[in-house]
Amino acid sequence: MSVASRARLDRRLVDASVAMVSVVLIIWTIVPLYNMVRVALQEKEDVFSNSVFPTTVTWHSFETAFRESYWLLANFWGQMGTSFYIGVSVAFLTLAIGTLTSFTISRMKIRRGWMLTNAALLTYMIPMSFLAIPFYSIMGKYGLTDNPLSVIAVEVTFATPYAIFIFKQYGASIPQELDEAARIDGASPPQIFFRIYLPLMAPALVAIGTYALLLSWNEYLYAFLLLSSDGNITVPVGLGKFLNSDEAPWNYLMAAAIIYALPPMAIYYAFRRKMNSGLTMGGVKG
Amino acid sequence: MAVSLTIDNSALAPIAGRLVKRGGLAGADRVWALAFVTPYVGIFFAFVLYPVCYGLWLGSDPASYRQLLADPVYPSAIVNTLLYLLIAVNLKLFLALLLSGLFMRKGWRMKTLLLIFILPWAVPGIPTFISIHWMLNSQWGLINNAIWELFQTDGPPWLDNSTLALSSVIYAHIWKWLPFWTIIFLAGRMAIPRELYEAAEMDGASSFGRFIHITFPLLASLYLVCTLLSTIWALGDFNSVRFVSGGGPALSTHVLATLGIRNAFELGNPALGMATVLSALPLLIPLVMLLMRQLKKGEVQL
Repeated sequence: MSVASRARLDRRLVDASVAMVSVVLIIWTIVPLYNMVRVALQEKEDVFSNSVFPTTVTWHSFETAFRESYWLLANFWGQMGTSFYIGVSVAFLTLAIGTLTSFTISRMKIRRGWMLTNAALLTYMIPMSFLAIPFYSIMGKYGLTDNPLSVIAVEVTFATPYAIFIFKQYGASIPQELDEAARIDGASPPQIFFRIYLPLMAPALVAIGTYALLLSWNEYLYAFLLLSSDGNITVPVGLGKFLNSDEAPWNYLMAAAIIYALPPMAIYYAFRRKMNSGLTMGGVKG
Repeated sequence: MAVSLTIDNSALAPIAGRLVKRGGLAGADRVWALAFVTPYVGIFFAFVLYPVCYGLWLGSDPASYRQLLADPVYPSAIVNTLLYLLIAVNLKLFLALLLSGLFMRKGWRMKTLLLIFILPWAVPGIPTFISIHWMLNSQWGLINNAIWELFQTDGPPWLDNSTLALSSVIYAHIWKWLPFWTIIFLAGRMAIPRELYEAAEMDGASSFGRFIHITFPLLASLYLVCTLLSTIWALGDFNSVRFVSGGGPALSTHVLATLGIRNAFELGNPALGMATVLSALPLLIPLVMLLMRQLKKGEVQL
């Protein structure tokens, strides 16, 4: 065989195996998601059928979720509201506290700034669920039982360390001379923070804001433990309640779950580039 | 990002004479710095230090540990936790490392594939874990329906057998987190200078040789940090066990994180729950120390 035809054969083999791996990956990725759609598009009785594809396709369960016309979904939009309120608050507070802290550590150069960095690093390495038990009692002591503020506090606590790392790294690319020049012009620290630091940090703010929003939108354990009344729970907690009911209106659950999954997906795909650059800028974080 | 700020040095020169002294903080600046860090320090004390201390105190009663050791579920939870960490984390990261190489290929096909591949990470975890739980139902789940369609035979009882149920949890974990780690390794690979590969190719290195001699050594410290971090996170993973197997059948697939929550809230014994969680410390502390040391080296940043 000539070298050229040999190379062509090799390339074909590589292309074929890439194609095969791609097909396997697509199936692997899609199956659980397809199952969500399949269940949501069926009538309640058909959920237990033995078919791979929905026997009769109906939008009935989406309609039920939209109109809240099933008792477990009675407050679905209220729960979406709570999830949204918690998510936006967590994003805002994480950005505010994260930028203020990283500004003070790396731009104002306070002594013992390393202590703050280490505190953040330590927090980052505590598995979140390990503190659930003490948090439950402590929130009672703080008088925050069944109050969304308690969930906001927890999520801000666990999102801020990562925010501080990213802001510190991103901030290192902003020349210190800008601050010095502003100082000479008589600018006070808050003026430097708002007029110079924040505007130049915009890309990192978008990445971290999205990260914090998605973190809290997806969070289950703390919302489940700390919120109890129907008016205060978030969507994932509401979805979890389906599992405890004796009936199995699983098409409704999946329809609600799909509606709940759409906003973060839209946000994720819209900010994908910024998120990814934020991630890789920092290296690692889920 | 477009930064268009030019500083005219000559304009600054006159003022430079009465320059503020640099380094250290004085007067008003100090007050501002203090005000700026107060929110974070407050959060750290109120929501990290206090819960940690309270948790340690809650789990300090030897009686809880005796009770824990007498619990037949506890040993199996330890074994499950170790299996879960060893298999799920390592398999996931190894696959992610290989797949990141696939996504280095150019062209719109790979870009599209990456967009689809990223879905499990973009979709919230709870709905997908519930979906996996149902699709593995032995009587009417999607998987066994498909097995019946294809092979006319009954599929295995995925969630009614403890080994299969634990494997299902591991599968769910890998499915959910594989895209994330693939992207991390993809970024790591992109940082490797192309010249290295070109030079190796000139020297006649095979693609396997290039992986062994270039990619892997250069990604080794990133890989180690990812393994440690992923193990720490998986140790605290509650959702995949809770929603895929629910700890069942017959409490045989609990891990420490879910057993702790069960003991504290379902059995109403916070001290026992805290003892369950704290018994993971002999594993967690060395992991954290190793990770800290790796990060101090500065080759990989968080």
